[in-house]
Amino acid sequence: MNGTTRRKLLSGFVVFLCGAAVVVALVPLFLIFAYVLQKGFSSLSWDFFTRNPRPVGETGGGMANAIVGTLILIGIASGIAVPVGMVAGVYLSEYGKKPFGSLVRFTADVLNGVPSIVIGIFAYGLAVLPVKHFSALAGGLALGFMMIPIITRTTEELLNLVPGTLREGALALGATRARAAFSVMVPAALPGIMTGILVALARIAGETAPLLFTAFGNRFFSTRLDQPIASLTVQVFTYAISPYDDWHRQAWAGALVLVAVVFLFSVLARVVTRRLERMHRT
Amino acid sequence: MKNPPSSRRSADDRGFRLATGFSALLVVLLVAAIGLELYRTSHLSIAKFGLRFWKTTTWDPVAGQFGALPFIWGTLYSSVLALLLSTPVALGIAIFLSELSPRPLRTPLAFLTELLAAIPSIVYGLWGIFVLVPAVRRLEVWTPDWMKKIPLFSGPPLGVGMLSAGLVLAVMVIPFTSSVAREVLKAVPSTQREAAYALGATRWEAIQAALRYGRTGIIGAVMLGFGRAIGETMAVTMVIGNNPRISWSVYAAQHTMAAVIANEFTEADTDLYLSALVEIGLVLFVITLVINALSRFLIWSVTREVKVKTVAPVAPPAAAPEAAA
Repeated sequence: MNGTTRRKLLSGFVVFLCGAAVVVALVPLFLIFAYVLQKGFSSLSWDFFTRNPRPVGETGGGMANAIVGTLILIGIASGIAVPVGMVAGVYLSEYGKKPFGSLVRFTADVLNGVPSIVIGIFAYGLAVLPVKHFSALAGGLALGFMMIPIITRTTEELLNLVPGTLREGALALGATRARAAFSVMVPAALPGIMTGILVALARIAGETAPLLFTAFGNRFFSTRLDQPIASLTVQVFTYAISPYDDWHRQAWAGALVLVAVVFLFSVLARVVTRRLERMHRT
Repeated sequence: MKNPPSSRRSADDRGFRLATGFSALLVVLLVAAIGLELYRTSHLSIAKFGLRFWKTTTWDPVAGQFGALPFIWGTLYSSVLALLLSTPVALGIAIFLSELSPRPLRTPLAFLTELLAAIPSIVYGLWGIFVLVPAVRRLEVWTPDWMKKIPLFSGPPLGVGMLSAGLVLAVMVIPFTSSVAREVLKAVPSTQREAAYALGATRWEAIQAALRYGRTGIIGAVMLGFGRAIGETMAVTMVIGNNPRISWSVYAAQHTMAAVIANEFTEADTDLYLSALVEIGLVLFVITLVINALSRFLIWSVTREVKVKTVAPVAPPAAAPEAAA
């Protein structure tokens, strides 16, 4: 039975390779985490959160302007994307079985795969070219466009977890479809939808490419929507490719903040989605 | 059986449908608007250069000469390299998590691998500049002489270049390919594996049966990763060297479409220059659109059967359709 032994050996070998593949993928993950934690923590200080950048060449200072800038940018983005995305998600879960629903779902998925830099060019043409200067608004617009498909799809997915009997109950009591959706279905799925929004936020908070030529960046503290504004990611980029050691340190600190936010939101989303799934399964 | 709701109520329902449908329509319009806007802004360059834009290699903004071939080359080269490196790993992960892994390990391992997708591109880039590039440079210095004679490994050991870009991209693409491939494998009916086992197949042979059944979806998963790699910007531009020269060498500093847009967009001082960059963006948009549409279609063609099945019967909890592992 030489053949059988060989087949068994081959099978065992492939099983081993598949396990090894998981390890191969986890190595860079742990390496990145380790470096960001080690280099980030040693450069993180109170100043990082409270001070603005110092003039070029002077050490010290922080990224307070960029943190506020990022918050403003994601504020604008959610102002655009949350209403549009959520309502579109409600449509998909209520009427999504029609061909038009499939088209929307398909376009949302495709839009999700469009490179962020292309979205940046679009926002540039929309909000920078006509007025001839970079602005926080243009940056927020770009990020908002990226958020819309994510929120649409998560809202639909989570609404579909809510048992249809709830909707039927509401309709049987004489509620309109709108009332059944917004007073019964959406509240039931709300924790999940909120997490979906958080995940979308975490994703766009880490975006750099679409901001390079929309929000542009700013070495000074600014909260004006019609002016260029700093963001954590663009600042990390500028600092990373600069020749100054102090700036490199601050870039690592910025990366740590970004990774911490992303990690926190991902874990939170995981926990809430699990709980929702378990709640509605029975 | 038309029930008689008050006419006000059915009008309300229609209004609700139209209002929410409008939001959904916005999503579709957005994609169309992106295409139109990019075409409008790149018109100047399209009119002036035509197809020559994609066939020539001179990129000289000062002289007003724009040839985008080096960027196309760099984008394709880096993405294909990333695909070659990431596909075996991603498929291995998908197979391990869906067919082999002990149950308690499954969820945490899936979470960890998907965490790779959550790390911002800029963090990959930062890590790439300060950790990966020096490591790659050491590897390049160490290259034996006979290997340097091969065009693939020729050139000075810079560290930045195609190899670093391919490696970073591969890591970034793995979670996308593996999670979709896992969905696809989950969608393969367990009867496929059981039949293989019944015929005396080994584990690997049963897995092969499952892979063959879901191959359209697996191809879709790989294409999805390819689409991601093509559009990736920040991490690539930070490690590839940004040099618009066509070379076969993985050690050479090169450039990509997304990277040139990121680097030069704010420096574009003439309308033609800007328009040329937007044309690169337009092509990037069209390529990723086609790749994404195609891959979604392939994935859907495999997974839809499962979706249909889960709606119909309420399976008794004991007969959970788990693979006979």
